[in-house]
Amino acid sequence: MPRHEVVSPIPGVFYRRPDPNSPEYVKPGQTVTADDPVGLVEVMKSFHPVPAGVAGAVVDFVAEGDSVVDAGQVLVILEVEG
Amino acid sequence: MPIEVHKPGLSTTLQDAGRNGYYDVGIPPSGALDQYALTAANHLVGNPPHAAALECVYMGPELSFTEPATIAVTGAELSPRVNGEARPLWESFPVAAGDVLDFEFVKAGARAYVAVAGGIDGPVMLGSRSTYGLGGLGRPLAAGDLLPIGPGSSTTAGRVIPESLRPVLSKEVEVRVVMGLYDHVLAPQGRADFLDTTWTLTPVADRVGFRYKGSELELIKRTPPFGAGQDPSNIVDAPYPIGSIQVPGGIEPIVLHRDAVSGGGYMMIATVISGDLDVVAQSAPNTRTRFVEVSLDEAMAARRDYRQRSQRLADLFT
Repeated sequence: MPRHEVVSPIPGVFYRRPDPNSPEYVKPGQTVTADDPVGLVEVMKSFHPVPAGVAGAVVDFVAEGDSVVDAGQVLVILEVEG
Repeated sequence: MPIEVHKPGLSTTLQDAGRNGYYDVGIPPSGALDQYALTAANHLVGNPPHAAALECVYMGPELSFTEPATIAVTGAELSPRVNGEARPLWESFPVAAGDVLDFEFVKAGARAYVAVAGGIDGPVMLGSRSTYGLGGLGRPLAAGDLLPIGPGSSTTAGRVIPESLRPVLSKEVEVRVVMGLYDHVLAPQGRADFLDTTWTLTPVADRVGFRYKGSELELIKRTPPFGAGQDPSNIVDAPYPIGSIQVPGGIEPIVLHRDAVSGGGYMMIATVISGDLDVVAQSAPNTRTRFVEVSLDEAMAARRDYRQRSQRLADLFT
């Protein structure tokens, strides 16, 4: 099955949870639609959700939560549906 | 209304040479953080060097044109696309009515400048079209905004800035500083550590200031002077130059940039020379940065070099 890499559109801090007290947006094995957020990137005091971009299943997180990522860096790998 | 904003990008603002002359009453200069890139973009489209252009940080906007125009993108490696087809950076190119301009991911640098022949004719506020969002002078672009363009010629497409006049964007930079005025608050070891540390730019970096982390600087033991706060890095309030570096608590130096507050009570241990403010402007989070001490004479010489380089841009197309 084809794989899709979800990349960060901006540099910043990557978060897997909407806030520290909430569960992670998605976990490996979970299925997502194209619009589902897989994480947040914070830069310049604002938070930007990163949508999955395609429907599929989460294979793995490449970027660690709470780490600084570059624009274009792969965050999550999805297995594309169908 | 020739330009329509479909998507605003992360924080896209109109910027020109800035609003000089009001810092004494608390209004910072604003203007393009990378003035060289602004100037280059304007020369490419035949504008006066400091006409207003769009400053796009980290992520570009999506715009459409209702009239033909000539545009150019400089600064960060934020490659433009017209109707999905790649266009070059540091070159002017035409767009037709109905064309959609958007951008790829930023590959290097932090801020790109989009100039349009005729300039973007935003409102002039205190002598400048620059956005100073914190002060309510303009705001970042929003979806649905319509951007008027000034009268301009569309005959400059195909102009190119040669490689030799394009800055080298790197994730490892050196930024020259003149030490002072409050570096005496640093202990000798703190002063040495400031200059010896390879600092990393944090994501806390915007038009106001750029915050770095790397080490903790040792300060001298002293009783804070009357009127200063209790933190050892506090001083009696003083004006903050653009480019000044304050280190609250001796940790995480902050380089103030063109939207900075005009004064406050943190020691400023050094000031980035004017010629290197563009280097700071193009730093994205994680950029490894060394602060290199230069004398005031060396800083003045660097400023002359910077101005000559800007003049060479102007000379390219006259």
